[in-house]
Amino acid sequence: MSIVYERPKALSDVPIHYCPGCTHGIIHRLIAEILDQLNITDRTIGISPVGCSVMAYNYFECDMIEAAHGRAPAVATGVKRSKPECVVFTYQGDGDLAAIGMAETVHSAARGEKITIIFVNNAVYGMTGGQMAPTSLPGQITQTSPFGRDTKTTGYPIKVCELLSTLEGTYYAERVAVNSVKNIQNAKKAIQKAFVNQIEGKGLSIVEVLACCPTTWGLSPGKSMEWLQDNMIPYYPLGVYRDMGAKEGGAAR
Amino acid sequence: MAKVTFNIDRCKGCNLCVEACPKKILALSHDELNAKGFHPVEIIDESRCIGCGFCATMCPEAAITVEKEGRAEISAAMEKVLMKGNEAMAEAAIIAGCRFFFGYPITPQTEVAAYMAKRMLEVGGVNLQAESELAAISMVMGASSTGVRVMTSSSSPGISLMGEGISYLAGCDLPALLINVQRAGPGLGGIQPAQSDYFQATRSMAHGDFHIISLAPNSVQEMADLTMKAFDLADQYRMQVMILADAILGQMMEPVILRDAEKKKLPEKTWAVTGTGGRRKKNIINSLYLSVEELDKVNRERFARYKIVEEKETLFEEYMTDDAEIVMAAYGATSRICKNAIATARTKGIKVGLIRPITLWPFPKKAFQKVAQRAKAFLCVEMSMGQMIDDIRLAVGGSKRVAFCGRVGGMVPSPEEILEKLEQLNGGGVNA
Repeated sequence: MSIVYERPKALSDVPIHYCPGCTHGIIHRLIAEILDQLNITDRTIGISPVGCSVMAYNYFECDMIEAAHGRAPAVATGVKRSKPECVVFTYQGDGDLAAIGMAETVHSAARGEKITIIFVNNAVYGMTGGQMAPTSLPGQITQTSPFGRDTKTTGYPIKVCELLSTLEGTYYAERVAVNSVKNIQNAKKAIQKAFVNQIEGKGLSIVEVLACCPTTWGLSPGKSMEWLQDNMIPYYPLGVYRDMGAKEGGAAR
Repeated sequence: MAKVTFNIDRCKGCNLCVEACPKKILALSHDELNAKGFHPVEIIDESRCIGCGFCATMCPEAAITVEKEGRAEISAAMEKVLMKGNEAMAEAAIIAGCRFFFGYPITPQTEVAAYMAKRMLEVGGVNLQAESELAAISMVMGASSTGVRVMTSSSSPGISLMGEGISYLAGCDLPALLINVQRAGPGLGGIQPAQSDYFQATRSMAHGDFHIISLAPNSVQEMADLTMKAFDLADQYRMQVMILADAILGQMMEPVILRDAEKKKLPEKTWAVTGTGGRRKKNIINSLYLSVEELDKVNRERFARYKIVEEKETLFEEYMTDDAEIVMAAYGATSRICKNAIATARTKGIKVGLIRPITLWPFPKKAFQKVAQRAKAFLCVEMSMGQMIDDIRLAVGGSKRVAFCGRVGGMVPSPEEILEKLEQLNGGGVNA
């Protein structure tokens, strides 16, 4: 008998606080697997956001910092500039990254900071109970858009990968999803690439992960996966939006 | 005995040396013209020359030679450099081992950032202009988390934006140097000097129960010295230390001796995130505590540390208070004006002295309590509507009258108006 799957060592052996069916756990695990595979846990510093995943600092075995809401890329900048030999990643939700922290996100990308951003987009403010996020879909019902998001008054969702791919400092931007085995496998490859890019001294890499929030979506975990497939992926197409490595002649996925 | 010689034909009559001369013994010639057709500089009274070299330091044409007797004195004079307050703080930070500067441009502190942009390159450090003060202070947090000496610099409205990050630094017990070159407020206010951020620096920096150490220099020399001290204090107590300067101090030029950094034995930063290296358990830099007992405990521990700072690190200067019936209180640039007023008041027979808090937090309460036993009244002078005055009243507990003299909006109190207040207080007795 050989082991097919083992809990990654970089993932702390503690219970996680997320709701049932919440895909943060999957994404945490993928990151931990990459830390194990690249053998970088002992030189990695992670930055957790404000939001449900604030306590990500309890779930990884590497050194961790908890940033103020939206400021993770700026904190990461400070860390990376003072410890260039370390691998630095931020883990951020859509409110944290695309609303209050949009300036920090855009400017860290524009500067080409050699950091890795894992951006979890579940189209809702999860921790505060399901309010409209900058990535909530048109027509999506949330606590603060009870009749469905009306683009006439609330504008349109922000497509982060598309936006950041216009910046020269962005080295790599890919959107993935974690709603099926195949998508999760692809997500892992993207996350791996985002870390390898940093180790190779390239610019900013971001992986946008479409994720589920069953509790605030008011759906079962299974139905949530379907909702993501049917509603989010058509609006937020999966794929590589920018890969300077491929342009340099490297192998694109 | 000192001697100044001018290369007259190089002189362009710019008058900079004349203005720089502390003895006022230089002037532009009225009658003579040099080969270029300028009225060149001449020395009026060479016997009064002290050989400070300010004139030569200012001369854009390098047309001045200064000589002075006594070798030792010359070398001491050589160590003195003429610097702007903002630049002196920046250079002192470099001497103290700071290699990380994150900031965002704002008047009147921009010279700090401009100086760092050059110097950090030379010393192999990092200077980064952030997209906002919010980002800059978060970059400070990131760098401080890794255990390095790091600083930022801003002016009043920018410091307000940094409040968020400063609260997080406090909650994470991360050392950092923060410079506030105050300008007038509220809102965008003005770019002229003010001392209206006293409450912010000592009480209301941001949300949560915490203190920062606030240092108030009153000269370019002290700006340099306190900057170096600030890094030691920050590392010693894992605190955030602010230099609370103002537009006058930041912009003015004075001779300064940049001393070597003191080699203090400081606690090792075992808490820093540097990558575990497989040698230790992971470190977490964190201000979130969901357990009420735990949050209560860390707050109490932090305040126990603050108590030690209050006991050990309070700094102030006492000036002519021995026989003083009226004791003035002022910090920073204003304290210099008060000393000026004291000189005149004393010639008029008014017994007046000054307490100058150097640490605004911790506030030198005991110094005020001590003089309150014999003084009749206090006069607090600030470039604000009256902020530090509250701390004096708290210190003396209503036992003595505490009067106020202040200017706002970028105005500076004059020695004359301070004198008028002193005369009122003196003439009218304690009930004036």
